[in-house]
Amino acid sequence: MIDQYNKVFKEAFGLELDSLVSLEYQSISAWDSVGHMNLIMRIEEEFNIMMETLDIIDFSSYQKGIELLKKYGVQ
Amino acid sequence: MVSSKISLEGKKALITGANRGIGKVITDTFLANGATVFIVVRDNTYLDELTIHYKTYLNTRLFVFFYDLADAESVPKLFKEILGLTNSIDILVNNAGIMQDALIGMIDRSQVQNQFNVNVFSVIDMIQYCTKLMRKNKSGSIINISSIVGTKGNVGQLVYSSTKGAIISMTKTAAKELAAYNIRVNAIAPGLIDTDMLRSIGENKLQKLSSNVMMNRLGSKEDVANLTLFLGSDLSSYISGQIIEVDGMTII
Repeated sequence: MIDQYNKVFKEAFGLELDSLVSLEYQSISAWDSVGHMNLIMRIEEEFNIMMETLDIIDFSSYQKGIELLKKYGVQ
Repeated sequence: MVSSKISLEGKKALITGANRGIGKVITDTFLANGATVFIVVRDNTYLDELTIHYKTYLNTRLFVFFYDLADAESVPKLFKEILGLTNSIDILVNNAGIMQDALIGMIDRSQVQNQFNVNVFSVIDMIQYCTKLMRKNKSGSIINISSIVGTKGNVGQLVYSSTKGAIISMTKTAAKELAAYNIRVNAIAPGLIDTDMLRSIGENKLQKLSSNVMMNRLGSKEDVANLTLFLGSDLSSYISGQIIEVDGMTII
């Protein structure tokens, strides 16, 4: 799962693996609200899930995303 | 290319409030023009009637979901269920609505809450969830059913007209935000359409209102459904952010 998750982040924001772990929402210009919706779309497509609105709002960092995805059986 | 017939062949449509009135005729129209239709109805009050009416299509081209859109939990649950059947929706018709009239000074807070829950909040939820599916295909048409009172107002309908006005501004903003994904968002503002909901205002009031229709007749449910068909089809592929009144030139 983590490889797929990293791939999505790398593709969405054009970042290298070592800079992902501490990444937070709005900490880089690419992860603004538009970037966030694109990220969520890619994640939903990659894992074939549909996230609930509150979880999308709560998805505040790379780490938080990993925690939230467990709810959808992705781990 | 000139099209002689509007086709929804191969398209999947999701329609709320489809068990009667305008929603039911929209469903009939979409089925007749080739779409696969997913309808959302509040409860099973009309289930027997629907089962008989749609027996040819049931569970092949027509799928029924029971959800009360006043409940905030409904839309996420609905889409979980829809995902079990399909990964794509091409057309969303937000038709479900409730109307509770009261004059200023007699408006109960619960009436405000009820009408906003169904007429506005659930539409926001439907748009949020449905566009997840539409974005993947970079295509979609959302049709919100507003009302003539959303553009012009009406005595006794402070709350209802507010909800329908909200639909209009919501349509314009959603159209701007979703254009990049080739998702079109339009609203229809029906005038005096001959439905049970309209007739619930009473014969005297209805006659008085009808005199304001320059075309001298009430609108039919088909008048609204035909525009919905056009907006759902590819013939309207460059139309978005529009509020179209179907009112026979009504002055209120």
